[in-house]
Amino acid sequence: MTKSSKKVDSKNVKVDVHYLTRVEGHGNIVVDVKEGKLTKCEFQVIESPRFFESMLVARSIWEAQHLTSRICGICACGHSLASIKAGEDALGIKPSDETIMLRKLLLYTEQMDSHILHIYILVAPDLLGVKSIVPLIKTHRPVIEMALRMKKMSDYAGEVLAGRHIHPISYVIGGLTQLPQRENLEKLYKLMLEARKDGEATVKLMKKLKFPEFQRPTQYMSLASDEEYAMYDGDLVVNGKAKTKIRDYKKLFSEKVLDYSRAKIATINGKPYAVGALSRFNNNSDKLNKKAKQVAKELGLVAPCHNPYLNTVAQLVEWVHCLEESIVIMEKILKHGLDEERIVVSSWPKRSEIDKIKYKANTGVGCVEVPRGSLFHEYSIDETSHITQANCVIPTNQNMANLEEDMRKLVPELLGKKTQEEITLDLEMLARAYDPCISCATHILDIKFVK
Amino acid sequence: MKKQPKPKVAFFDFTDCEGCQLQFANMGQTLLDLTQLVDIVRFREIMSEESEDYDIAFIEGSISTDNDVNRIKKIREKAKVLISLGACATIGGVNGVKNRASLDLAKQRVYAEKADTINTIPAMPVHKVVQVDYFINGCPVYIPEILNVIKCVVMGRPYVVPNYAVCSECKINENVCLYEKDQECMGPVTRAGCNSWCVNNGNRCYGCRGLVENPAVDAAKDILLKYGLKLEDILQRFTLYNDSMGDKYDQEFKKG
Repeated sequence: MTKSSKKVDSKNVKVDVHYLTRVEGHGNIVVDVKEGKLTKCEFQVIESPRFFESMLVARSIWEAQHLTSRICGICACGHSLASIKAGEDALGIKPSDETIMLRKLLLYTEQMDSHILHIYILVAPDLLGVKSIVPLIKTHRPVIEMALRMKKMSDYAGEVLAGRHIHPISYVIGGLTQLPQRENLEKLYKLMLEARKDGEATVKLMKKLKFPEFQRPTQYMSLASDEEYAMYDGDLVVNGKAKTKIRDYKKLFSEKVLDYSRAKIATINGKPYAVGALSRFNNNSDKLNKKAKQVAKELGLVAPCHNPYLNTVAQLVEWVHCLEESIVIMEKILKHGLDEERIVVSSWPKRSEIDKIKYKANTGVGCVEVPRGSLFHEYSIDETSHITQANCVIPTNQNMANLEEDMRKLVPELLGKKTQEEITLDLEMLARAYDPCISCATHILDIKFVK
Repeated sequence: MKKQPKPKVAFFDFTDCEGCQLQFANMGQTLLDLTQLVDIVRFREIMSEESEDYDIAFIEGSISTDNDVNRIKKIREKAKVLISLGACATIGGVNGVKNRASLDLAKQRVYAEKADTINTIPAMPVHKVVQVDYFINGCPVYIPEILNVIKCVVMGRPYVVPNYAVCSECKINENVCLYEKDQECMGPVTRAGCNSWCVNNGNRCYGCRGLVENPAVDAAKDILLKYGLKLEDILQRFTLYNDSMGDKYDQEFKKG
């Protein structure tokens, strides 16, 4: 980075990043230091509100997956799975083990897709001192080709498994509308094996990157399970302790609306908490597979890690974990095949029967770990299987208060040491480290939460 | 021969999920090939550079706030070519569903006591506010179609969005008709061009590409009658993507 000739004024710093770039959605960072005192420190979500919870009301539970997938283009599969789980919980439907295995595979490949996007396209330019990957196409072409190849592999996985990655087609309540084709699965398996060497190269590159030093212990929340590194299911834990059932999520954290933001902030016991790759790593690193553990060791990532910038490193560890888990599932599928009868369902009940079915009015909750953290969907349905109330709790909202708390600690540490430009970049990088997904974050909130 | 300068391309997102922009990142090597044809000068999701000098503007998302209206007008002034990208921009997309309830109710449902601080107007497709030169329909957009449109733009030729039903592609793909499976489907009234993407994967068509301009209303009604479907339910289906476009269509059906 070039040294700014601007004299360091530690008493008055004003940061106003309008439309933070290289994040998903629209957000501002506003920091104001007057006479050495931090008077304002906000991460403002200014995305146009989208009203998904309102849109879901009076719609059929059978189309909730299709609609809520459209909350986010990056985590479309994660939203679909949270939605499907909530729908099944409300309807009392239990999917087969084979279906769950295919869902995990889709979730793992989406984690890989999003993590690679974040590591290479959103974060790496900062660490290499450029503004985006565009100049890197000329200066680091082989690396960019590799990043796009890795991205393409996981995107192809979505295509093979669900018809497409952005707004998946075949994953629905109860199962899949169609089995993935064997020849495509074979092709995908080959690509996954080849991706291992790209993963190794990425680990080598990551080792060379220098992340800012910053420490702030916080509450780390994620799913946890005795059986595996929890992504698809489990109980909610905070710093590895106090298991809460997914259904009781509202007892664990509370949310409120801010004046300056379209998003709600969430707290546990009145204090901010973090979700996402670093939280999952901190809670569950002992459940990582062997290769991922090796990579964590190689990259010097040790739980508990209190540097939020290293969320990006935790993402790479998870990428390796997800790849190896996916390969295991793919080998199982290719060896034993898939039983159509236990997986394939239609996306809706039969048209001639749907009006005759009496459903039990009920509420269901679904939670999965998506790239940015724990995602919750909750629907209440009536006796005709139409939604009467909906709530979606998004990882970025849960991280919002924590990010601001980080900024409040970080800014005074940098005052007098760095120029305003450098402080701005550090804050942008901090926000980006959380991998905020702002279009997701703007349709939060449940009326019941409002105190 | 003097080499023509590459056209400068900028991306802008409004109210949406940003999935259609992401389809570009999902092109892989093709994206790199594309950069030989055009210069990408602005793409907030993946770039910090923010050029105000561009020839071609891709617009993703629907217009749903007063601020959106002002922003899109300014972009239109600068862009030589303006392209609506995806269902939200071309037909209003799922954002239109919010138009069904009163905006006050929608605000109250989602933002409760902070409802008054929220600025929102009925969600609209881009061409309701400014002139649009090219349309790429779909939720999300279909990569082969994106490439076709870009070729047309670079050659200065118009692109015509298919104005026949998804059924024609579905038949070529030899899918069993959803109505035969005791399901309903938007295919008979939805514009083709996606290669019947959803039906190929065992689901139904939800109408994300918008309605064909001259649907065979009577024929569609006959189908409904034949399979014993209720009008209200079908209209409810039609609202998932077409609420900002579908008044005319509602009327056609409600008449009879």
